[in-house]
Amino acid sequence: MNLTWMAWTLPTAVFFITILVLLCGMAIWEYVSPGGNPRVGVLRFETTRGDRLFLSLLGSAFIHLAWLGLVGPNLWWALALSVVYAIGVFRYV
Amino acid sequence: MERTWNNKAWFMVLPVLLLVAFSAIIPLMTVVNYSVQDTFGNNDFFWAGSEWFDEILHSDRFWEAMGRNLVFSAIILIIEIPLGIFIALNMPKKGWGVPVCLVLMALPLLIPWNVVGTIWQVFGRVDIGLLGYSLRALGFNYNYVNDPFDAWVTVIVMDVWHWTSLVVLLCYAGLVSIPDAYYQAAKIDGASRWAIFRYIQLPKMNRVLLIAVLLRFMDSFMIYTEPFVVTGGGPGNTTTFLSIDLVKLAIGEFNLGEAAAMSIVYFLIIMLLSWVFYTVMTAYDAEQ
Repeated sequence: MNLTWMAWTLPTAVFFITILVLLCGMAIWEYVSPGGNPRVGVLRFETTRGDRLFLSLLGSAFIHLAWLGLVGPNLWWALALSVVYAIGVFRYV
Repeated sequence: MERTWNNKAWFMVLPVLLLVAFSAIIPLMTVVNYSVQDTFGNNDFFWAGSEWFDEILHSDRFWEAMGRNLVFSAIILIIEIPLGIFIALNMPKKGWGVPVCLVLMALPLLIPWNVVGTIWQVFGRVDIGLLGYSLRALGFNYNYVNDPFDAWVTVIVMDVWHWTSLVVLLCYAGLVSIPDAYYQAAKIDGASRWAIFRYIQLPKMNRVLLIAVLLRFMDSFMIYTEPFVVTGGGPGNTTTFLSIDLVKLAIGEFNLGEAAAMSIVYFLIIMLLSWVFYTVMTAYDAEQ
């Protein structure tokens, strides 16, 4: 199958593979521990671990955009900040 | 929680997953790939990294279009949601008036976007349009072609005319699903019209209102065809919303990388705001 029309690059392929691995990981987690572990965290409303992944990914995207707009094009620090943010979301939200 | 052993239902959602993959996920992946590259056509791409995103985030043109779009969506929601509720509350609940009202309400929804744009483009013209000509005859200095305020009013009134029916139909569906027992109880308690609305009708309409707000927000934030046909984004850039700007960038200027980066930022903002609306309204629902 010719996928050149999709203009793939190594970094974007790694990005999508990471998302896919995260989704597979969540599916396995759900299989091992069904129910989504709903709880009320700092946002004061119920979230499941799927909601927490969504918040982590969406928040990470905005952290990268904010870093790019306010600090500069070196995004490794934004990535590190996003990982810390995601851990925080899974721990406290 | 108990584990679900019968997982056959997953096969039922497989066709939808495939459809979404082909219509949304694969195009979105392609846009992400474009956003980090530059192209001059012929399927040749050059790595650009975060350059396009940097350009978009520091572009006055992008933020101005974003501001216009947010103001437009806010005005649309402020007008269409209360108006939709008001009309739904006053529609007949039984008798011959029901089908007549439902058909009348459904009519604007059946008209394609570009036709709506064309209707209002002609309707608002000061030389041959009924609206434009009448306003001029009444002494108003109306001209949507060269006055930004008139252009905004025309685009907003057109959207209200086209889409308030959707809110009406959703609210009406919520209202007719309320059992009569609620109204009888309210009558026994001597509840006022406002109390019936506040404590019976509004909570029962909450779920359909959530859908109405989400649909109207997303649709108005992505609006393209109608304002493009009526004003073409003008006068100047005063009605150039994000989608119009995006098309100008992608097709008019063949700047695919920058347009792709803009699409992603646009997509993320829609997702964030939709999530906020959804969360706030479902949290309110849970409280009730």
